[in-house]
Amino acid sequence: MAHTVRIEDNGVTYTCAPTESLLEGMQRLGRRGIPMGCRGGGCGVCKVEILDGEFRTRAMSCDHVDDDDRNHRRLLACRVYPSGDLSVRVIGKLQKSVCGATSHPRVPV
Amino acid sequence: MALTGVLRPGHAQVRVLDLDESVRFYEEVLGLVETGRDAQGRVYFKCWDERDHHSYVIREADRAGIDFFGFRVLDTATLDKLDADLKAYGLKTERIPAGEMLATGERVRFELPSGHLMELFAEKAKVGNGIPLVNPAPWAKARDNGIAPVRLDHALLYGPNVAEVQKIFTEVLGFYLVERVLTPDGNGNAAIWLSCGQKVHDIAFAEYPEPGKLHHCSFLMESWEQVLRAGDIMSMNAVPVDIGPTRHGVTRGCTIYAWDPSGNRFETFCGGHLPYPDYETMTWTFDNFGQGLDYPQRKLHETFLSVVS
Repeated sequence: MAHTVRIEDNGVTYTCAPTESLLEGMQRLGRRGIPMGCRGGGCGVCKVEILDGEFRTRAMSCDHVDDDDRNHRRLLACRVYPSGDLSVRVIGKLQKSVCGATSHPRVPV
Repeated sequence: MALTGVLRPGHAQVRVLDLDESVRFYEEVLGLVETGRDAQGRVYFKCWDERDHHSYVIREADRAGIDFFGFRVLDTATLDKLDADLKAYGLKTERIPAGEMLATGERVRFELPSGHLMELFAEKAKVGNGIPLVNPAPWAKARDNGIAPVRLDHALLYGPNVAEVQKIFTEVLGFYLVERVLTPDGNGNAAIWLSCGQKVHDIAFAEYPEPGKLHHCSFLMESWEQVLRAGDIMSMNAVPVDIGPTRHGVTRGCTIYAWDPSGNRFETFCGGHLPYPDYETMTWTFDNFGQGLDYPQRKLHETFLSVVS
């Protein structure tokens, strides 16, 4: 059964199956709000805080998610799979770049 | 012999978050050939047409990224000379004993000012490509498994102090600068493409605030059609694709960038022009970086600049 995911930053909601990550679900439906990166738990740009709801996770890089992050449910959206309806807040961003080229944290509508 | 000193990229060691999932990916989807496992739990791979024991090694870790990148040099005398040259230049080097890595002789390891560990080695067992040396067939059956690149071609690494890195490669290791992208103010290099032979690049670097990051390891395909076939296989296996299929302006190579299951970017690449050491460096201005990256679309993809492991 698919669950509803709400991105609090821009009010976007979408349905996401328990077998797909929050990031894959968002991308497949053409929705936006969480920055897209490597989709494998390695780069850290899709970091979100889970404000409410149940989920399961897969391995993600400790460069971007430490124990404190886990305790506060600050996780990479590409490695979070919904077990119920979820509400998330975006904290990741494409903040580092070649030569500091323009790179904005994106919270599009 | 014209090609001396550093011969070619020899190996990359990359960290993965789930070893079994990654072995399946590299063996069945990318189509590398597993050649061994060691007591540390590392898994060794080669591309089907490579003759040395391995070119790509993975190990399970709690973070993604690259441990080190190694080059094969001509012989042990060359290894000793380059070790001495690096020390004379002011770099600290370390000798890793033969056998620490399967089928591999002594390695000279040093850290670049970009935070990357580089290695040089002269000896690695030649296991062959499955094709006899007498009356060789043009390809072996392993070419039909998965994407099946020909060889590990190069890597692009992100870190600080690219100007210093360029000096080490050109003044100590005998590389030359094939192409570059200028910084926005035009006074420095934002990215550099370096060759030690007649390939369009053997290693590349881009200026980035965080040290030691991996942008991608690149695997050579034989044709543009093979790059498109790689894209088909990526989609069949739900591999996340970053950019392409398209053609770079820089190098003229054809490309797809995609990510392994741990978020380490890799490239399936073909083509590129064939420089000589006496050729003048080609320069791209930063405002044309989009064309350099993706020539048909002229798009400076944000993920190219920002997403690394």
